[in-house]
Amino acid sequence: MLFTSYEFIGFAMLLLIAYYCCPKKYQWVLLLMFSCAFYYIAGPVYLIYIFITIITTYFAACMIEKNADRQSEYLKIHKAEMSKEEKKSYKLHEKHIRAGWKIGCIVINIGILAVVKYADFLIDNANSILTSFGYTGKLSFASLALPLGISFYTLQAIGYLIDVYRGTVRAERNLFKFALFISFFPQLIQGPISRFDSLSKTLYSGHTFDIKTVSYGLQRVLWGFFKKVVIADRILAGVQTIIGDIQTYNGAYAFVGMIFYTIELYADFTGGIDITIGIAQSLGITVQENFIRPYFSKSLKEYWRRWHISMCNWFRDYIFYPVSSSRLIQKVSKFSRKKFSAAIGKHLPIYISSFVVWFATGIWHGASWNFIVWGLANWFVLMVSEELEPVYLRFHNRFHLNTNFLYRLYLIGRTVMLVCCLNMFDCYSSVSDTLTAFGSMFTASNWHIIWDGALLNIGLTMADYCILLAGIILLIAVSAAGRSGGVRDKISMKPYPVRLCIWFGLFLIVIIMGAYGVGYDASQFIYNRF
Amino acid sequence: MEELLRILSDLHPDVDFETQENLIDDMILDSFDIVTLISEISESFDVTISAEHIIPENFNSAKAMYELIQKLEDEE
Repeated sequence: MLFTSYEFIGFAMLLLIAYYCCPKKYQWVLLLMFSCAFYYIAGPVYLIYIFITIITTYFAACMIEKNADRQSEYLKIHKAEMSKEEKKSYKLHEKHIRAGWKIGCIVINIGILAVVKYADFLIDNANSILTSFGYTGKLSFASLALPLGISFYTLQAIGYLIDVYRGTVRAERNLFKFALFISFFPQLIQGPISRFDSLSKTLYSGHTFDIKTVSYGLQRVLWGFFKKVVIADRILAGVQTIIGDIQTYNGAYAFVGMIFYTIELYADFTGGIDITIGIAQSLGITVQENFIRPYFSKSLKEYWRRWHISMCNWFRDYIFYPVSSSRLIQKVSKFSRKKFSAAIGKHLPIYISSFVVWFATGIWHGASWNFIVWGLANWFVLMVSEELEPVYLRFHNRFHLNTNFLYRLYLIGRTVMLVCCLNMFDCYSSVSDTLTAFGSMFTASNWHIIWDGALLNIGLTMADYCILLAGIILLIAVSAAGRSGGVRDKISMKPYPVRLCIWFGLFLIVIIMGAYGVGYDASQFIYNRF
Repeated sequence: MEELLRILSDLHPDVDFETQENLIDDMILDSFDIVTLISEISESFDVTISAEHIIPENFNSAKAMYELIQKLEDEE
C-alpha cells in the first residue's frame, strides 16, 4: 500500500477517525494495530523479519540496562570497601558484558539486512571473479525479496540499542510500545530514522482532537502530494526516456537528464517525508524534520547537514564518531604526528572515518557499485574541500565576498551543480553508463536540443513543461518563504477566504495537474528501494 | 583551561570560546571539528574520549569540555 494510492488515503482517513474516537489511553495500541496491518498488507512474510528485529533489540536493550543498573547498585553498596583499581576492573568487566549484548544484537540485525539486501550483489561479484579466473560454473542467485523498510527500521533499532548502551535513553520495558517505535507505519517506508528519545515523547501519549494540529498535518500531507504527483511523477517520464538510452540521449540530453533527475529526487523524497510528517502531525505525533532547504546550501558539506538529516546524523553518531575516536585511529593519528606532521596527524582520523562513513552510506543506499562509487565520490569532494578550506578563507578575507549577494548565489549554484553531477551515479544505476553520460556532456555538439523543440520528444509535452515550471517556481518560493518562519503559520494569519482559496486551490492543482492516467505507476517513491 | 582554549582558538580563531555556550547547538563546531578536538585533547591531556562522551552537553562550551577532561582524568 503506497502513500499516493487511494487505498492508503482510505487507510489513513480510517485511522484518523478511529484514533480520535478511541480513549486516549489506548491510542498507541490502535497505532500499533494499524502499523501491523500496514505491514501485513505489504507482505505477511515480511512480518517475520521485523518481528525478529523487535524481539532481539528489545531483549538486548533490557539486558544492557539491567546490567548497568546492577553495576550502579553494586558500586553504591560496595563503594567504601573497593579500591580505585578494583572499581575500574569491575566496571570494565560489566562493560564487556553489555558490549557483548550490543554486538550480538547488531550482528543479528545487520546479518539479516546483509543477507536479504547484499547476497545477490556478493554472488554477482563472486561470479565475475570466478569467470576472470577461467571457471565456467556460476553460483546461483539467492533472489530474496527485500522486506519493506528494512534498511530504515534496522538503523532505527540499532540507534536505539546504542543509545541504551551509552545510557542516553532508558530502555522501553513494554514490548508492544517498543514494537510501535520500530513499526510506526508513516515512517516505515522511507524514514526519517527517528531517535527514541525524540519520537517517544509524543508517540505513546494520548492526544485530544485539535483542529489546528490536524489541519496543519493535513496541509503538510497535501503539500507532499503536490511535490510527488505534480512534479516528481510528471518529470519522471523525461528522466526515464533519457537514462533508458544513453547512446541516443547523450551530451546535452545527459545534462538535461541530470537536472531533471535532481528535481525528481528532491520532489519525490521531500514529498514523501512531508506526507510522513503530516500524517504523524495530524495524529499529534512529532516526527523530526529531515530537510532544511538543502538546495540553498553554499557547499557540499552544508548540503549534507541539510539533506536527509536523520540518516546523516545516524551515520555521524553511530559510525563516524566511534571510528574516529577508536583507540586504533587515535594511535594512527599519534603515530602520524610523530612520523609525518601535526597537520597530517590531525586530519587523518577525519579522512579515515569519513571514508568508512561514505562507503557505508553508499552501500546502505543500494547493493551495487554505482552507490559505492557515489558515496566515495562525495567523500572525495568533501575531503578536497576540507583541504582547500584555508585557501577559501584567505580568498574571502582578501576580497570580502562572503557578504556579496551575487557571490552567495554563485556558491549556491555551484553546490547545486555539484550535487546534480554526483546524483548521476544514482540515476544511471551503473558506473560505466554514468561515466559515459557524464563524459558526453563535455564533448557534446547537440546543445541546440535545448531550444529547437527536441525536448518535446522525451515523453514531456509543452503542457508538462509549463506545469513543471510553475510547480518548481512555487517550490522555490515556498522554500524561500520558509526561511523567515513557518509557511503554514503565515497562511493561517490570512483572512478565511484567502486561506480557503490557497488550500482548496492546492487541492485542485493536485487533483487536476497530478500525473495520473494510463501507465501511471504511483508506486515508486525513489527511497522505497533503499 | 589555557591549553584547551589554545586548542580551540587554533581551530576557530574568530570565535570567543570563553563566552560561547552553544558551540554545537549553534553549529559553530561541526563533526570534523569535534574529531580534530578529540585528537588534540587526547594528545595534550593524555585522556581517551570515546564515542559515548560525544554528546552536545559535553562540547557546547569550553567549560563543559574542560569538565569532561577532568572527569576522564579522574577515571583514568
